[in-house]
Amino acid sequence: MKFGVLQFPGSCDEVDALEAARMVGEAELIWHRDRDLQGADAIVVPGGFSYGDYLRAGAIARFSPAMESVIEFAREGGLVLGICNGFQVLCEAHLLPGALLPNVNLRFTSRQVRLDVVAPDTAFTSACPPGRQLSIPAKHSWGRFHADAETLERIERDGQVVLRYAQGENFNGSVGDIAAVSNETGNVMGLMPHPEHAVQELTGGSTDGLSIFQSIRLAAERVAA
Amino acid sequence: MRARVLIRPKAGILDPQGVAVERALPALGFDGVENVHVGRLIELDVAEEGQLQPMCEKLLANPLVEDYEIQVLG
Amino acid sequence: MSAAATLPSLTDAIALGLTDSEYELICEKQGAPPNILELAMYSLLWSEHCAYKHSKKLLRTLPTEGPHVVMGPGENAGAVDAGHGLVCAFKVESHNHPSAVEPFQGAATGVGGILRDIFAIGARPVAVLDSLRFGELGGPGSARSRYLLDGAVSGIGHYGNSIGVPTVGGEVYFEGPYEQNCLVNAMALGLAPREALVRSAAAGPGNAVVLFGASTGRDGIGGASVLASAELGEDDDKRPTVQVGDPFEEKKLLECSLELLELGLLVALQDLGAAGLTSSASEMASKGEVGIDIDIAAVPLREADMEPFEVMVSESQERMLCVVEPRNVDAVLEVCEKWEVNGAAIGAVTDTGRMRVLRDGELLGDMSVRALVDDCPLYDLDPVKPTAALYPPPAATLSADASPQESLLALLASSNIASRRPLFEQYDSIVGSRTIRRPEQADAAVLALPDGSALAVSIDGNGRRVAADPRNGTIATVLECAANLACVGAEPLGTTNNLNFGNPEKPHIAWQLTEAVAGLGEACRALAAPIVGGNVSLYNEGATGPIYPTPVIGMVGRLPDGRRAGRLGFLNAGDGLALVGPFAPSQPASELAKLRGHVLPDGLPPVNLPDAVAALAAVREAVRSGALSSAHDVAEGGIAVALAECALAGRLGATVTLGDGWWEALGAPGEDGAPNWPEGARDAALFGEGPAGILVSGPEAGLRSLAAQTHVRLIGHVGGECLRIALDGQDLIDASVEELAEAHAGGLKGYFA
Repeated sequence: MKFGVLQFPGSCDEVDALEAARMVGEAELIWHRDRDLQGADAIVVPGGFSYGDYLRAGAIARFSPAMESVIEFAREGGLVLGICNGFQVLCEAHLLPGALLPNVNLRFTSRQVRLDVVAPDTAFTSACPPGRQLSIPAKHSWGRFHADAETLERIERDGQVVLRYAQGENFNGSVGDIAAVSNETGNVMGLMPHPEHAVQELTGGSTDGLSIFQSIRLAAERVAA
Repeated sequence: MRARVLIRPKAGILDPQGVAVERALPALGFDGVENVHVGRLIELDVAEEGQLQPMCEKLLANPLVEDYEIQVLG
Repeated sequence: MSAAATLPSLTDAIALGLTDSEYELICEKQGAPPNILELAMYSLLWSEHCAYKHSKKLLRTLPTEGPHVVMGPGENAGAVDAGHGLVCAFKVESHNHPSAVEPFQGAATGVGGILRDIFAIGARPVAVLDSLRFGELGGPGSARSRYLLDGAVSGIGHYGNSIGVPTVGGEVYFEGPYEQNCLVNAMALGLAPREALVRSAAAGPGNAVVLFGASTGRDGIGGASVLASAELGEDDDKRPTVQVGDPFEEKKLLECSLELLELGLLVALQDLGAAGLTSSASEMASKGEVGIDIDIAAVPLREADMEPFEVMVSESQERMLCVVEPRNVDAVLEVCEKWEVNGAAIGAVTDTGRMRVLRDGELLGDMSVRALVDDCPLYDLDPVKPTAALYPPPAATLSADASPQESLLALLASSNIASRRPLFEQYDSIVGSRTIRRPEQADAAVLALPDGSALAVSIDGNGRRVAADPRNGTIATVLECAANLACVGAEPLGTTNNLNFGNPEKPHIAWQLTEAVAGLGEACRALAAPIVGGNVSLYNEGATGPIYPTPVIGMVGRLPDGRRAGRLGFLNAGDGLALVGPFAPSQPASELAKLRGHVLPDGLPPVNLPDAVAALAAVREAVRSGALSSAHDVAEGGIAVALAECALAGRLGATVTLGDGWWEALGAPGEDGAPNWPEGARDAALFGEGPAGILVSGPEAGLRSLAAQTHVRLIGHVGGECLRIALDGQDLIDASVEELAEAHAGGLKGYFA
């Protein structure tokens, strides 16, 4: 099982994501100018400030050659996880519904947050311990998830809301406390908190993030089997 | 041809920057201020006017959350 | 127009900050009056900022050698051995004047500048810390202080968060004397394999000089260099010359630089900071004892009509200069292209010993490298101890009648002690997955190394105590920094410092500086923590007087096992609680004295350095062995505040008895540790300050083994939901942890709404 982790100019958390992925499988970095996804079974679009996020978070990265391949990969059912800036990129690429807007407090905010696993049977959450909250750091200034009423109703109804901020933890003002959403077919998920920063007790404050990567591995193996 | 694109949050979308400015102005003695919205201004030279709308749809604005207005300056 | 068409006069030289005699010396070195370009270049390199002309003689007295030092002062950053073939590069630098003009960009570019210093020697930056000083947040004049605070914090976050280097620690203080001159000091650390370190000495006549990174614009012309040697008035006219930082460009520049070094394509590397191309090219030539020719026609410009001197002195950010063998120039430019960074060969190394500036073959300026870099006159200071108080007492905000409990809550809510969470939540402290201790978890930040060991780092200053006693105050500052390392179990490897002072040409400031540097040297020698680099920021004074003399100390240490890193919060109910070290608290110059509006004392009690150093070593060993549950340095607000901070971090109370039995030593080394209580003993016992006090908790066996090494006084035990402190049999404080938390959390929250 192999992860490919995209690297844009301005990516910051790509090495953290690479190391987290390597705790459950193989993983390689994929340079933004490369179209070749190197046979990866799952793609991680990591956090950071791709292209400086200068126009709008994620807006430019989504047109990179690597992202074009990722869009095709996702349409064929490939597993894609977008973390923070990666979530923004996947929304800009229309692989995920909705958009990310500036935090209500208008400040970059870095905080360990608790998350409720709303959809425990997805390709990204099946290894999460049942009934338990995840404790994962979040750190961003553009993390307020927004979707129009119709979209919101649809994603809630179709089980596309995967993680929610636990009570009192929604500092960015996301609609419906939504922390993670998936696409209709369930093979693409984006989330603002950083599971790759919660994989080691020593530096992560918890190891809850690892279950997201383990879930992806299980899902990839099911596809392969 | 010189053009200007004005981008602003869609009506009804929470605009915390606008809210912050709207709160700050009365504190400086400017009363009666309301409906403040903060957006972006992009100025550019283009070959054809017709390029502008697809540019906005594709990159310059996010039509899910933003409205845009194109002004051709000549 | 050729730069040589009209020659500038002595008046121009003086306007650029040179003295009559310096101008004469320049004419003599040049053999003729310099032209505009040459004068501009001399004026920058002979400025205080570049030449350290009022501080260099003092700095030469500092210890700079030790077993862990890999690279000492003089390079872009110092470096120490971090074990297993790794070195840690680190340095602190100030961006005070630019931040006073435009706090967001000033602070942001301060972070950008210090990061470039780190990767200029081939190390990957892994952490940033910052040390900030502003005027009071309440009362008259505070609107500007709040604006500066908000801007500087946002700027630091903007740059560090975007470039992906965690901000792992720092400090911030609010005092009247910083109202006109805020201090923004930033420190960065980087890691490199030992053999990957690169120096900045240009070498190899015929080699190409390549400029890469952002294009060159008019920003910061005369910025740091001229600003840094003029006392800043109230005018805002300097805004147009502010440098603007671009963390995205720097991120690319960082990756590009490290890739160029990894591929072995560079002979030497240097960042562009204050005085831009002028300073970096001249210093590279000086260190390599060579000459450099620069063709300014080859420099990529942001505005086409820039004057030659503007190109040479521009402080546009995010640029690097390197020396490359001719056969490698194309390969270098290819790596630049990969990272979407501008790169251009703009000159060549020569064997002439001259710094020459050309434009398409026309010679515009020609100077001796030695004259530019080494021949600036150095000045002796004329120190005289002031006979009257230099600083007015602060406004009283706490009545002398306040009860101990009211005083404790007031101290916890005061701006210098309140929780820094509203600041550090604006910083990414975890990117890079090395951060073992996040802010408010331990006295020092702790970063994991690949071999399981860890680095610890702390940055500290205490201007008020240094103002009261420059020598003892500075010693106390260095000890506090070392104590913070000891509390996580780390041994110091090296020290960096930023000396923030007023105008050194004034005798009382010269005295502060001289005394402080003496104390710095003494403390660093005692701790075997040599100075590997640093920075000096002088002329920090405005219409209302000088800043508090503020040496800011950054120290890096190592601990063998990252899993055993100490924490500050109480951990286990039932643990014993002890005060370690020859701590002799006194009230003058303390936070409590400030809240009560007391004038600064003339002098602080001296500390017994060998005893203090031994106590720190004992705590360090106890933390490393896992004998302790928590360790926390006693600092602002004394024992009562330190106890409250441990309780807050661990969400666990404690019961403490001071007085009877509080001197009970568990064993050696005898009774000489007991101080003489001055008048006001109760306040001194609870809230008095002084160096070399560490509050530890742990199982009794652990405390007992510690007592065999150093002064240990058992003062109580951990447990319950309240902090209770009794003194001489009288219950003085009984506050719930919740109550303490409310005071502590609220102090700064409102300033970031």
